[in-house]
Amino acid sequence: MTRTDREVPQGHPVDPESRIVLGPDDIARALRRIAHEILESNKGAEDLVLLGIPSRGVTLAQRLAVLIEEVEGTAVPVGSLDITLHRDDLRSQPTRTPMRTEIPGCGVDGMVVVLVDDVLYSGRTVRAALDALSDLGRPKAVRLAVLVDRGHRELPIRADHVGKNLPTSHAEKVQVRLRAHDGIEDTVRIAAGPSHVGGR
Amino acid sequence: MPRHLLSAADLDRDEVIEILETAASMHDIQRRDVKKLPALRGRTVINLFFEDSTRTRSSFEIAGKWMSADTINITAKGSSASKGESLRDTVLTITAMAVDALVIRHSASGACRQVAGWVDASVINAGDGTHEHPTQALLDAYTMTRRLGDLAGRRVVIVGDLTHSRVFRSNVLLLGTLGADVTVVAPPTLMPSGAAEWSRRDGFVLSHDLDEALFVGPAADVVMMLRVQRERMSGGFFPTAREYSVGYGLSRERVERLRRRNEDVLVMHPGPMNRGLEISADAADGLGSVILDQVSAGVAVRMAVLYHLLSGDHSVRDQDSGREGTT
Amino acid sequence: MSDLLIAGARILGATSADILVRDGVVAQVSTTGPIDRPGSTEVIDADGLAVLPGFVDLHTHLREPGREDTETVATGSAAAAAGGFTAVLAMANTDPVTDTAEAAVHILDLGRAAGLVDVQPVGAVTKRLAGDELAELGLMARSRARVTVFSDDGRCVADARIMRRALEYIRAFGGVVSQHSQDPRLADGTACCHEGEVSGRLGLPGWPAVAESTVIARDAMLARHTGSRVHVAHVSTAEGVDVLRWAKAQGVAITAEVTPHHLALDVDLVRDYDPVHKVNPPLRPQGDVEALREALADGTIDAVATDHAPHARHDKEHAFVDAAFGMLGLETAFSVVHDVMVRSGRMGLSDLVERMSVAPARIARLDTHGRPVAVGEPANLVLVDPDASVTVDRDASHSLSRNNPWHGRTFTGAVHATILRGRVTALGGRAHAGEQEDRS
Repeated sequence: MTRTDREVPQGHPVDPESRIVLGPDDIARALRRIAHEILESNKGAEDLVLLGIPSRGVTLAQRLAVLIEEVEGTAVPVGSLDITLHRDDLRSQPTRTPMRTEIPGCGVDGMVVVLVDDVLYSGRTVRAALDALSDLGRPKAVRLAVLVDRGHRELPIRADHVGKNLPTSHAEKVQVRLRAHDGIEDTVRIAAGPSHVGGR
Repeated sequence: MPRHLLSAADLDRDEVIEILETAASMHDIQRRDVKKLPALRGRTVINLFFEDSTRTRSSFEIAGKWMSADTINITAKGSSASKGESLRDTVLTITAMAVDALVIRHSASGACRQVAGWVDASVINAGDGTHEHPTQALLDAYTMTRRLGDLAGRRVVIVGDLTHSRVFRSNVLLLGTLGADVTVVAPPTLMPSGAAEWSRRDGFVLSHDLDEALFVGPAADVVMMLRVQRERMSGGFFPTAREYSVGYGLSRERVERLRRRNEDVLVMHPGPMNRGLEISADAADGLGSVILDQVSAGVAVRMAVLYHLLSGDHSVRDQDSGREGTT
Repeated sequence: MSDLLIAGARILGATSADILVRDGVVAQVSTTGPIDRPGSTEVIDADGLAVLPGFVDLHTHLREPGREDTETVATGSAAAAAGGFTAVLAMANTDPVTDTAEAAVHILDLGRAAGLVDVQPVGAVTKRLAGDELAELGLMARSRARVTVFSDDGRCVADARIMRRALEYIRAFGGVVSQHSQDPRLADGTACCHEGEVSGRLGLPGWPAVAESTVIARDAMLARHTGSRVHVAHVSTAEGVDVLRWAKAQGVAITAEVTPHHLALDVDLVRDYDPVHKVNPPLRPQGDVEALREALADGTIDAVATDHAPHARHDKEHAFVDAAFGMLGLETAFSVVHDVMVRSGRMGLSDLVERMSVAPARIARLDTHGRPVAVGEPANLVLVDPDASVTVDRDASHSLSRNNPWHGRTFTGAVHATILRGRVTALGGRAHAGEQEDRS
């Protein structure tokens, strides 16, 4: 079995034609602000659970948990929520192998779940995540934190916490690269090319 | 992924690993309160069983239902030949309703491959005669990898009525794909014809001596016992149950000796067991027995197989044959 | 009947000649120049063609009476004529079985009514092919059908005592038993694939070579003991050939036939479980195929016989183990044998004539077939084009059935025309409508 092989961060190439819109410092600042916002709206870290949407959403959730702990002094449970089996486009894509869903021991019942993803675009991933979440239990509230909101929503969904609003055209693609995931410097880039829902 | 799963040999190593990984996710889901996933919503899966098998049929049925496929069981007992209807007619009648997958169990070897040539649906072999049972081999591999990790270089000993065993055939192919060192043990009368040529070509070892296979050379990581039907005695395959059991049964003594060589040795059996014939109660229920793990892996592995064969975009895959996407 | 002139054919592929046929007999053969063509003469331009005695098939299943949905004497005769045959032996496993003189005469008459080949009935050895009581062998032999070949084909005469008695009994009228050599205890009713690596991998019940060779050996000893003639139907294994070779060396009156499919196809074809390749005896490994070719070339195997076995689609479209045994063969036999044996250099065209015409006619004692192409001989002839390439199309068959393993394959060597007693029965692969003949 090579399950672990697949979870080892694998570098994704960057498009050389792309331009950087957020650098490492911008991303760090954005995440710090989001951590503060989460704590503020929740009035502390109580009952908080961070669930990242694989794969980069999990990395971001882990970083947010560290930042929250720095501020509050309490560890926040972090997990991952795979949405592959809940996607509405399974039939129009080649088969995808599901990734792991790992729910912290506290579960999600009665908790405030913050879903974390790298890019918010059509909203379909978040829709699938809400479905997946409802199979796991009944949270008290669900919030959404994203590093980048690039617009073009196809569903009535909005993020509670946004690192950066990035106006884009459909023809562009947004590439997020994180050191812990991709092994290269944290960046958000915009490249010309077919539209792209984050880096999944 | 291939469109059909007819033989364990239809899958290459990456595909096997992908299915086993997906099965692990499915296994997690089985522990939840809500076990249903929407992945195969709108797909129709027909379990077409020409031969009884409560265990395999119900595990495919649950797998389909938990993936939200519409799952229908059809039992067509008795050979269609005896009813005057050809197998092709039987199957085409059923697939005339829009069907995405046919899960077929048949008493005749090769029936699933023949059906795959006649229908548009994906065909999954749930056991065809004495030929193959690929999902059993996948769930066996899943059970082994959960305990042992990578199977490359692991030593697996398969013992029993190999001539009549579809489990043996699928396992020897799948374990070969995963790089395990396989030794198969049976009296000469229960070795498949041409086994010598086959084993040379595919790189597994034949033995007629269970003690030699278990206690000489590197210690076994897995011992897989296969069912032996008592009726075989009338065909002259072996003299008595007692003689078989002494020669080829996994007795308490043999298990103890095995555990002294490798305390983590796994004991497997695809079921149903003939306790006291090919396996002693101590071996079946003792430490190292993963027989119940095999059963519990059945649903997860079949969910994974259904998912990989059915969730993708068929219309893209089948453009060459001019077939529309299945709905 | 008008005269027929075959212009410029090479006799047995050698000397070019004009051949004039009159009243069903070869009337004139000219190797020195063209024969005059009176106005009423039908002419076949045979430039580039070889003229041979018409082929004789020792082993054909015509399915009538009983399964007229799969073949009739008329459709089978058309297939035979198209394949260059002028005589076929119709196996007895019809429904009812050909185990009485009346049944045999009925087949003979159906053949005459079709008028495309001489249909010679084979009589059953035992009543209803059941293997336990002799059929009326003598009455069949002395009937108008003059049965000489007896066979329970499809089943083996497994009981040594019955086989011995049958061989003894038919000595009185010069008959021969054509034995389906298969020990039913070694290859039981479910056996459907050569026993070996392929059957082991596929999980199919095996039909071991030894189930054939042991019966050939037993029958050889019985033939020697009884001083009678035994013929081995569709020998399929190298070890069967070994036994034959030994028995012939001992002077036993044993002959054997091989089918075109056992000369050309092997067991690997079964790997996809397509029942079109299910046949009895089964397709064997390449080593056996090679041994059969060698034995046919050196004469250990005397004859080629088709075992033409038509089946309805719905009898073939079962699981492999449940599907019917058999494949079509009449229309393709010459092309296959020519391609595999002659074009490959294993034997000459004259050897093919010996194996497909002369020897089978001799074994079945058909004295108007398998004769030289010479003045005064019956004009039962076939014109073949050794250089023509043919691609088999199963839908173009005269047979009512389509279980054709040759579909889509290309061979070198084609039948151009078939002539039965001076009348053209097939031309360019198409049989001519039959004509009632006066043969009183």
